[in-house]
Amino acid sequence: MSVLVFAEISDGKFKKAAYEAVSYGRQVADLIGSKVVALAIGQGADPGELGNYGAHTVKSISVGEAFTADAYAAAVNAIANEVSATIVIISNTYTGKSLAPRVAQLMGASLATNVVSLPDTNNGFTVKRGVFSGKAFAYVNLSRNSKVLAITPNSFETKAFGETATIESSSISIGSSSIHIHAVNKVTGKIPLTEAEVVISGGRGLKGPENWHLIEDLATALGAATACSKPVSDMDWRPHSEHVGQTGITIKPNLYIAVGISGAIQHLAGVSSSKVIVAINKDPEAPFFKAADYGIVGDAFEIMPQLIAAAKN
Amino acid sequence: MKILACISVVPDTTTKITFTDNNTHFNTAGVQYILNPYDELAVTRGLEIAEANGGTLTIVHVGKADAEPVIRKALSMGANEAIRIDAEAMDAQHVAEEISKIAGGYDLILTGRESIDYNGGAVCGLLGAILGLPSVNVVTRIDYADGKFSFDRDIDGGRETVTVAGACVASAQKELCEPRIPNMRGIMAARTKPLQVLPSQTAAGYSQYATFELPAAKSGVKLIDPSEAGKLIDILRNEAKVI
Ligand SMILES: Cc1cc2nc3c(=O)[nH]c(=O)nc-3n(C[C@H](O)[C@H](O)[C@H](O)COP(=O)(O)OP(=O)(O)OC[C@H]3O[C@@H](n4cnc5c(N)ncnc54)[C@H](O)[C@@H]3O)c2cc1C
Ligand SMILES: Nc1ncnc2c1ncn2[C@@H]1O[C@H](COP(=O)(O)O)[C@@H](O)[C@H]1O
Repeated sequence: MSVLVFAEISDGKFKKAAYEAVSYGRQVADLIGSKVVALAIGQGADPGELGNYGAHTVKSISVGEAFTADAYAAAVNAIANEVSATIVIISNTYTGKSLAPRVAQLMGASLATNVVSLPDTNNGFTVKRGVFSGKAFAYVNLSRNSKVLAITPNSFETKAFGETATIESSSISIGSSSIHIHAVNKVTGKIPLTEAEVVISGGRGLKGPENWHLIEDLATALGAATACSKPVSDMDWRPHSEHVGQTGITIKPNLYIAVGISGAIQHLAGVSSSKVIVAINKDPEAPFFKAADYGIVGDAFEIMPQLIAAAKN
Repeated sequence: MKILACISVVPDTTTKITFTDNNTHFNTAGVQYILNPYDELAVTRGLEIAEANGGTLTIVHVGKADAEPVIRKALSMGANEAIRIDAEAMDAQHVAEEISKIAGGYDLILTGRESIDYNGGAVCGLLGAILGLPSVNVVTRIDYADGKFSFDRDIDGGRETVTVAGACVASAQKELCEPRIPNMRGIMAARTKPLQVLPSQTAAGYSQYATFELPAAKSGVKLIDPSEAGKLIDILRNEAKVI
């Protein structure tokens, strides 16, 4: 019996979410008295790194094949069989969201996505997961023998166990997929929104796309990702991939700074799980102030340059 | 071409979420139900592709009779027919198993990226795995030509273009299309379109929702003087310790 963790590699490196998933997997394994096997598919990343985050063994498949849901799920299922895994941990990234349901189905496992807690195994196997797009949480019991958990990035700290893992190259390979990849367009050097620890977000209060340097300069100074409200992406001031909220991306950074965003219920749904929220708005009655930890009532065009200067300091 | 669009019925986005019976049930009192916004996109793009290729679009929903007004809405957008599988949806795995029983013979099966109530984001992949079809998640473009579906899809930090020859399952993401608003003719026509009710064919549930919880309330906002805005950075560094 073991806990299998899919440790996601992107651009030749493990994602931070992969370290989180391995640390999480180790804590689950300790809880149920089992061992962690991490699975590293792809080139570049050093499988040995995962020992530090708690993996006992790392299975490595160093293929060139890019991710496709069907082929990767078949491989993960085959490895799960090989190492007798009853629990599979996957990060709830776009890749993880494509993978986890297929793996669960192949394994005949119970599935929980958006998981934000360690399992409670006192009475069954219960995890806490985000529901209603960030407006609530649910405790759900997973009743099948096997379980697949897709854990929300930024919900668990990475833990350094300072151990050395056994590295094995796997005899299982990635089979062919019915999905043919034609082009991949990645914005390099940018922090993916769902994994960012700090997010600076702008709303209609910024008046137009020409003012976005205010958001971007603060983001650069703080090493943050940028986001926006729905109308801003609807008007094409910003790309749709930056739209956060109930019908956009749900995020959970350590710090969310909302500039010129009113704080409508649909917007708050996607960001309210952020650890610390700052609202900057010229209207003291803006609903965002009720959801914020810190606030500045004032004109963004006067406040942002001060923040940028202080952040560069 | 035969297209199937799976729809979920969810609380309106303005709903204030609360729970009853010691936080064991979602409080449905006064809640308005709508077609899940992502499913609206799936239905719209499915219709456009069906219309362009002389095909049909079928709606499927797993749920009880109270969902029928929303199913009729999907019909009024232009869908040809609807199937309601008469079962209380337990979880995404239960929904996918029920749908899989009627999903044979379709060229394209569409779902939403996720339902905005339970946010599983799972039905697309589950259906693909049950039916042995490829699944393409979070698609922002679907085109069909020469027997192939072509998709753009969101990936972490970017976007990719993929094609699939033959039947597949895909989940709709924002940007796929503008949702179609039913017109009067569509609304009239929907009243008499076939809505078939089929019995449940699976044993329910891989998981059980035990209790719910609301996020901890914020203790109150701490305001910083706008003339000393730079202090915020200092507070975030040294007091909140988040940068
Ligand atoms: C079905 C549905 C789904 C939705 N989903 C989402 C979603 O996922 N995400 C989302 O964001 N929205 C969503 N919305 C829209 C949401 O209801 C709001 O309309 C939207 O969030 C408002 O965006 P905003 O705050 O940028 O703009 P506004 O509401 O126009 O607010 C602008 C704010 O900027 C402030 N301001 C103006 N000038 C300045 C200045 N110089 N300095 C400082 N502050 C200034 C104003 O006081 C105001 O509070 C959804 C709506 C519906 C109906
Ligand atoms: N009860 C249901 N009946 C039919 N389709 C559903 C149902 N629930 C979810 N779906 C479909 O599956 C998608 C993803 O749902 P979920 O996995 O619950 O986030 C939705 O956008 C719908 O397309």
